[in-house]
Amino acid sequence: MTTVMHVLPYLVAAYVFLTGCYGLATSRNLIHAVGCLAVCQSSTYVLLLAVGYRDGATAPVFSDIKPGSRPVVDPVVQALTLTDIVVGATVTALLLALVLQIAKRHGTVDPDELRELRG
Amino acid sequence: MHHLLPLLVAIPLLGAALLVAVGRHLPRIAAEITGFVVSGGTAALALVLLLNSSPPMVEWVGGWLPVGGESVGIVVVGDGPSLGMAALVSLLTLAALAYSWRYFDEPPRGHPGAFTALMLLFQGAMCGFAIAGDLFNAFVFFELMSVTAYALTGYRIDDPKAVQGALTFGVVNSLGAYAMLMGIGLLYARTGELAMAKIGRGLDAAAGHGGADALVLASFVLVLTGLLVKAAAVPFHFWLPDAHAVAPTPVCMLLSGVMVELGVYGVWRVYGTVFAGPGGIPAADLTRALVTLGALTAATGAVMCWYQRHIKRLLAYSTVAHTGLFLVGIGVLTPQGDDGVALYILGHAGVKAALFACAGVLLDRYGCLDEHTLHGRAREMRATAVMFAVGGLGLAGLPPFGTGLGKAVTEEAVGGPLTVVYVAASAITAGAVLRVTARVFRGLGPRPEEADADLETSGSEEEPETTGPLRRIPDTMRMVPAVLLTAALAVGAVPGFGDLVARSVNEAGSGGAQASAQWTVHGALLGLASTALAVALAGLAVTRPHWTAAPDWSRPLRRLQSGHVGDYVAWLLMGATVLGVLALPAVLGG
Repeated sequence: MTTVMHVLPYLVAAYVFLTGCYGLATSRNLIHAVGCLAVCQSSTYVLLLAVGYRDGATAPVFSDIKPGSRPVVDPVVQALTLTDIVVGATVTALLLALVLQIAKRHGTVDPDELRELRG
Repeated sequence: MHHLLPLLVAIPLLGAALLVAVGRHLPRIAAEITGFVVSGGTAALALVLLLNSSPPMVEWVGGWLPVGGESVGIVVVGDGPSLGMAALVSLLTLAALAYSWRYFDEPPRGHPGAFTALMLLFQGAMCGFAIAGDLFNAFVFFELMSVTAYALTGYRIDDPKAVQGALTFGVVNSLGAYAMLMGIGLLYARTGELAMAKIGRGLDAAAGHGGADALVLASFVLVLTGLLVKAAAVPFHFWLPDAHAVAPTPVCMLLSGVMVELGVYGVWRVYGTVFAGPGGIPAADLTRALVTLGALTAATGAVMCWYQRHIKRLLAYSTVAHTGLFLVGIGVLTPQGDDGVALYILGHAGVKAALFACAGVLLDRYGCLDEHTLHGRAREMRATAVMFAVGGLGLAGLPPFGTGLGKAVTEEAVGGPLTVVYVAASAITAGAVLRVTARVFRGLGPRPEEADADLETSGSEEEPETTGPLRRIPDTMRMVPAVLLTAALAVGAVPGFGDLVARSVNEAGSGGAQASAQWTVHGALLGLASTALAVALAGLAVTRPHWTAAPDWSRPLRRLQSGHVGDYVAWLLMGATVLGVLALPAVLGG
């Protein structure tokens, strides 16, 4: 049972990543595609937080607990996740701005109709 | 001296922030001079640090030194290759800024500093990626340089193709970066470390006497997927021609000249520091993976390059072909191979940036980048014609160009049948460039017939990057390619430079093993052979167009470049699977 519980977050991360990729590959709308990219990125949050998890541990905030008095989860991966969220917000914002501009210039956001660049 | 390392990132970032903050109130000339000063200052700093990089420097940013072997700080590494890449990035940014001095006639309304600020941000991010000593910061700088590159690619937001190419670029590269981050997470889970050198030691300690296990293989595949997307290895390469064909010319110079090469550098750095130990991926498996993908990349890039009529796309595919050659060179894991690739990257950066700069002159004069439409129209541009032809010869590896020296040294390192790949790929890409020179600048041969319109991007309806043709070509636009070509020539021609590069690369990379990088008769003859082959191919293409027209077997290959972002994502997943299969014996054998 515990083995399953320990492996489960990693399987969830892989599943979320592949779901996002499937959405990207089959997308019929670029806004949906950018959303799928954000789904792919969410899988990295799941993975990083799963890496730092410890049984029975609390948040690594030492304002109300004494250091060493009880186990805390790994703060490094939490910092990584926060950085990752900032990166993701930037990427999503920029890509959505590009989609907006594509909609204005091409009059469509369907990737099937955007085939000018080929060969 | 090592305390100055973080300034390589900080100076361009601060310069960019300054321009964004006050750019609205500055006249254009003040914004551009600020850009020059900041970018040039960073270049000077990178060169000074490079000259003092023996022994290699390590800096813990902000004084967060490791305590008892444990560290949470940010580590940056200043050795020959990292500072060499930072210096190359900075010098090329300076060249691109000089080129764009008069090139963009209209800065965005009310914000003349925007382009310069983005260029400085790009420079800072690339320098940061080059000197990053821990994997997570490598990821952060990787994303920063990617995001800036998307913005620069789509800089002309009114051009429909530019925004489309930038979006494809963005989706594929970001997906690669997330794969890389998952790999980094797995490595952290195994070792509890983020600094590359410590991860490497941690993997060795965790493996004990066994070899790599499934987790190490998975993290290897995920990290390399991210880096190979950036390096545009087949089948991760589809974004590159789309992005390079639409980006503004000064940006193309940086994308092709150094950003793609940073992906190759990343593969070299990460394998050498993280996975090369007994707990990582055995050398034979890395060689199998990189040589296979590299040779495939070189072949695909060369074939696709030959059948392009859009001049910037043609140059973009030649970058794909050359990246394949770089990957083969670092894949054989010999000190000599590393030296050869380092020299090849230096020479290639100069030559490729110069060729893009000449293409930009054509785009300014004729508002068109189509080889067929431009047939014979650029006869009066003698100087540009000479530079384009010289660039083509440099691409072929004509001695004493730096590309020639790098190629010769790498060929000697890889040996055997792989030499054929080097000669053929460089000859075909150079032949395509020389063919363009003959047709566009000399009007030689009959005008080519129109072929499959549904299979190609013609380049005849390009948005001009300048408001109408400039009255005359600005001197900066002619000087920059000339200087770049001279630099590429100097890399191979200055005696002792090759050995200098070899010493500095080997000190960092191959544990003290030294190799020399000098011209040999054998190497010079191979360089001459590929040049002769390139000239022959170009001559054949011009005089007998139907002999070299696209044969039927090339149609499926060209159809793969469908312009559909979903297809490219599917290819990325397949590429990661192939990479895993190629490296699988690492786990089965242990």
